[in-house]
Amino acid sequence: MAQVSMTVNGKAASGDVEGRTLLSSFLRDSLDLTGTHVGCDTSQCGACVVHVNGEAVKACTMLAVEAQGAEVATIEGMANPDGSLNVIQQAFQDHHGLQCGFCTPGMVMSAAALLKENPKPTEAEVREYLEGNICRCTGYHNIVKAIMAASGQDVSSIAAE
Amino acid sequence: MYNFDVEMPTSIADAVAALGKEDAQALGGGQTLIPTLKQRLASPSVLVSLSGISEMQGVCKGDDGKLCVGGATTHATVARDAASSFPGLAGLASHIGDPAVRNRGTIGGSLANNDPSACYPAAALGAGATIVTNDREIAADDFFQGMFTTDLEEGEIITEVRFPIPDASNYQKFLQPASRFALVGVFVAKFSDGVRVAVTGASNDGVFRWSEAEAALSANFSANALDGLTVSGDDMINDLHGTGEYRAHLVGVMTKRAVAAAG
Ligand SMILES: Cc1cc2nc3c(=O)[nH]c(=O)nc-3n(C[C@H](O)[C@H](O)[C@H](O)COP(=O)(O)OP(=O)(O)OC[C@H]3O[C@@H](n4cnc5c(N)ncnc54)[C@H](O)[C@@H]3O)c2cc1C
Ligand code: FES
Ligand code: FES
Repeated sequence: MAQVSMTVNGKAASGDVEGRTLLSSFLRDSLDLTGTHVGCDTSQCGACVVHVNGEAVKACTMLAVEAQGAEVATIEGMANPDGSLNVIQQAFQDHHGLQCGFCTPGMVMSAAALLKENPKPTEAEVREYLEGNICRCTGYHNIVKAIMAASGQDVSSIAAE
Repeated sequence: MYNFDVEMPTSIADAVAALGKEDAQALGGGQTLIPTLKQRLASPSVLVSLSGISEMQGVCKGDDGKLCVGGATTHATVARDAASSFPGLAGLASHIGDPAVRNRGTIGGSLANNDPSACYPAAALGAGATIVTNDREIAADDFFQGMFTTDLEEGEIITEVRFPIPDASNYQKFLQPASRFALVGVFVAKFSDGVRVAVTGASNDGVFRWSEAEAALSANFSANALDGLTVSGDDMINDLHGTGEYRAHLVGVMTKRAVAAAG
């Protein structure tokens, strides 16, 4: 067992972990932050995407000890300070960007990373950026639309409702 | 996963010392190794993380004009920081896997792993890079020794990769959409003294140079120069994603596209 400490959603967090403890397990099992979903556990689906020092990573494919001292952001930290949905989350609701919601935490975290690096992406850029986020339900169109809307762009011409 | 200890050295010397322990293994970005450990296909007792070693990070231009990439540099960093100096390499890095994979996966991990469908081996062989380890320098032509096999010794780590910068270059990847690796990928590099062509994803022996195409393109750097040239599908990977014959066909198509895109 080793002690690991990091900042999660702006708050100090620490705990005892094994070498093999994944960041996703630490967040979910030690910190009770179960918004980070584990869909595949094989680095394919992106449901577990969180930000580590501002970069999107798959929390199921990083060891908790590797996040020692890091700033970690999860879906639980995305809402506005008053508890209302942030602009990306609200756009997912407005544009029906989720059905079962399983993929949504990873989608929102990927979208936030994209918009930070590219505030006005094209539709093609959004689709390419989401290559590592798999959704079993929606068919993606409304997810793409929500992200375009969150970036303040007109989405009336984007395919499919 | 079986349990293991994790060491986080901050210098190459400390990493090499830690790797001297019994059953120790290097951990780059973990994008291949962690899934492998989950399947219990490997059971190291110690993982030595290379991500905290600053001397193995980053992209720079050497005095000899070569592009030096630290062995623990992520794909995302290469995509960003090599974009103006070596766009062919940056373009390759920017299409590996997906953004989250690129934020963790490293050039050293990719070359050491030598997956037969990986992208970086094509760039290293295609550009004629030098693989620098804690111990020696290895020419790319000697480094790759068949599927998942390299010239690296036990405990030896890739600390840097030095790329001669071509006059023109391009990588074309025919995506295998489920894995996001290359079904077939071709890296073409044009230097003043000739053209190099490296193919990944196709052969049972891993990445290889297509010498007939190199000769034709060195005489005439245009896609037409490849008309009539074919590779045999006999020793190509034959799996549910594509037959050997199909891959052999794609080698020609991807090479032409790479030449056209390199300009
Ligand atoms: C969803 C997904 C999609 C992917 N798509 C692609 C793709 O399109 N193209 C592609 O090329 N790759 C792809 N990859 C693989 C990815 O690029 C990996 O990052 C890479 O193959 C391994 O690099 P790593 O740093 O993660 O190494 P690790 O997984 O940490 O290590 C891999 C192996 O290399 C050894 N090693 C690590 N670093 C070093 C070093 N510096 N010196 C010596 N040995 C070392 C380790 O001991 C281990 O044996 C994909 C991976 C995933 C999960
Ligand atoms: S759970 Fe991490 S990528 Fe699927
Ligand atoms: S909404 Fe169900 S997986 Fe995406």
